[in-house]
Amino acid sequence: MKELNSRRDFLKTSALVTGGMLAPSFLVPGAYAAPANELKLAVIGCGGRGTGAVFQAFETGHPIKLVAMADAFQDRLDNSYKAIFDKYGKDKVDVPVEKRFVGFDGYKKAMAEADVVILAAPPGFRPSHFEEAVNQGKQIFAEKPMATDAAGIRKVLAAAEVAKAKKLNVVVGLQRHYQNNYREVMKRIHNGDLGEIVGGQVYWNDGGVWVRERKPEQTEMEYQMRNWYYFNWLCGDHIVEQHVHNIDIANWAKNSYPIKAEGTGGRAVRTGKDHGEIFDHHVLTFTYADGSVIHSECRHFPGAANRVDETFQGTKGKVFLSAGNHGVMTDWKGNPIYTHNRDNQPNPYQVEHDELWATLVKGEYKFADAENAAKSTMTAIMGRYATYSGKVLTWDEALNGSVDLFPDTLAWDAMPKILPGADGYYPYAIPGKTKVI
Amino acid sequence: MKKYFAASGLVLMSFQLNENSVFEAYTQKIPGTEVTFDMTPIQGGTFLMGSNDPKFPDQNPAHEVEIDAFWMGIHEVTWDAFELFLDKHYEESMTEGGVEERVDGLTRPSLPYLDMTFGMGKEGKPAVGMTQYGALQYCHWLYLKTGIFYRIPTEAEWEYAVRAGSKGRFFFGEDPSKLNEFAWTESNSQGSTQPVGKKKPNPWGLYDIYGNVQEWTIDLYEADFYSRSGKDNPFNPADKLYPHVVRGGSFKTPEDQIGSAIRKTSDPAWKRIDPQIPKSQWWFPEAPFIGLRIVRPLNPPSPEEIQAYYNQAPIADY
Repeated sequence: MKELNSRRDFLKTSALVTGGMLAPSFLVPGAYAAPANELKLAVIGCGGRGTGAVFQAFETGHPIKLVAMADAFQDRLDNSYKAIFDKYGKDKVDVPVEKRFVGFDGYKKAMAEADVVILAAPPGFRPSHFEEAVNQGKQIFAEKPMATDAAGIRKVLAAAEVAKAKKLNVVVGLQRHYQNNYREVMKRIHNGDLGEIVGGQVYWNDGGVWVRERKPEQTEMEYQMRNWYYFNWLCGDHIVEQHVHNIDIANWAKNSYPIKAEGTGGRAVRTGKDHGEIFDHHVLTFTYADGSVIHSECRHFPGAANRVDETFQGTKGKVFLSAGNHGVMTDWKGNPIYTHNRDNQPNPYQVEHDELWATLVKGEYKFADAENAAKSTMTAIMGRYATYSGKVLTWDEALNGSVDLFPDTLAWDAMPKILPGADGYYPYAIPGKTKVI
Repeated sequence: MKKYFAASGLVLMSFQLNENSVFEAYTQKIPGTEVTFDMTPIQGGTFLMGSNDPKFPDQNPAHEVEIDAFWMGIHEVTWDAFELFLDKHYEESMTEGGVEERVDGLTRPSLPYLDMTFGMGKEGKPAVGMTQYGALQYCHWLYLKTGIFYRIPTEAEWEYAVRAGSKGRFFFGEDPSKLNEFAWTESNSQGSTQPVGKKKPNPWGLYDIYGNVQEWTIDLYEADFYSRSGKDNPFNPADKLYPHVVRGGSFKTPEDQIGSAIRKTSDPAWKRIDPQIPKSQWWFPEAPFIGLRIVRPLNPPSPEEIQAYYNQAPIADY
């Protein structure tokens, strides 16, 4: 898949704008002169993760200039800009006020300023942001997950094909793909060192994430956007937003995607008005075309035992993997097949940028992460459909699901489709009753 | 006599005897819950802090230090208690009669994006991975729950407590082969934290003080601090985020790096894999070996000084 791109294609913005802006600086002795190969970056979604991704881009050491930013919220954008500017300064950060786009639509204008875009808004926006970035011909770093419902996934899959045709690099922040223990183990699994993978278990069981409480001055739209983790049109439920990491590892180990899902879930302990509509636990069985079965569990139960890792069983042996750099392969007698050395491992969040930007500065085309990321996200969405409905779902049924969670209108005074009842609590899925596709 | 934090102008030790305190061991119950922890009195006194060992210049010179009386937790703080502080809804569900209104405004940790037990389990085991700010806010929460001023120890208090009158490398003498009786270290921990209190304590009754998890102190680390630290309840105010002094060994520490006078430091590398900016004020996703042990000064500062101490703004971390 390694193909040389015409670097002129994607450096066009860079060359034109840089040329124009550089002219006056020649008049100022000692002024900053952009390297000829400098790449222009825009960040869409300026929360902690988007800001972190900008830092990681700069830490690659390649010639990068941040030229535009977009966020729905002024305060999020301002805090992000300040953190980036304070750390990297005016030579790397050139985002005048008119290039800081606040609101729902700013992303298009921000992207137009750049060669490369970071997509880090809440997951519900990813399909439209990804599609627009591809249409504008931008190189892309996109955070996971890729969507929150099947309609979004279909949009991403279509755009992913266009991205391939245009040879746009796409790296997705499923960072285990950029972590050595996973890479080394998967190489060996695909080499047959464990025989056929017949089963596995993937977990994200822990105490949960942040909650942002409602403030009296907020419209319903603003409240949901601030407390986005708890609304499916924005987050997709924690099975999608978080557990996608582990489900994706199952798909990677199997080198395929499940053909059906069945499972159970609900709201056992996280049941407040601040907790929107998402479940606090999902337990799934994913069946693959060859009949092998992956068990998946995710829950947000404070006080209960934590477990975040992946295990797989093959005909010749088994493996234990975790984001803490575990990669322990043994045969069925307990003899080691491969044990990953956990010491001094690189930071996968940095590696994904190191590899992407090294490719971009050379004008090469190497990364097409979007399709797998969309299909692993779809696997998690299918899991949510199964736990919400209580029904057995096939891949095709799930992928063709017609329920669209997204609001008809994006505006601060517009209403999302999910609304609280008179008692302040949001309705949530009832298995056996709720329609999901 | 007043002792000030030079940077923040706060009083840690105090001047006013709390007439109600009986200076003996007690069990602290977290109100409305089944969770308790045990505190033991550490009598005030004078000791020789540090060493003159030329191999450890940051311990030089051995110098006389006077320490006011305090209570110290006989165990490292466990997840059983720490987790109540992490999540308001969880605390509510675990607290009979509801959570006091005064606790409501407390700044709670952002919940970690990783499993901060690192797969090592929770029950009876020390809480790990929290920042020094997180340790401080845990004490703040305890104060709101109990009305008692708890904090993390100064480096001098910690060393005074671990030594318990001893002068050598360990409170039990010089023989490292005996460490196994007192501490979970790299050589006997199987790579994991262990339930607290399973090894023998030191003469004050402090368990796991050389092992299991390293413990936060208040102090900023400066290698030459002992040459100018003074005698009376010394500590080095932390006006920077790194490095702070951590003391004791952990389940990951080799035995040759454990001893009463050995000084270790916090490290920004512990937050290396935090993908967010600003990085978390609360968690070190690569420090499964750092925990805390709390103290309570016999003579607490005034309520205003306590408030100022707990309300120190965290330093942003990029």
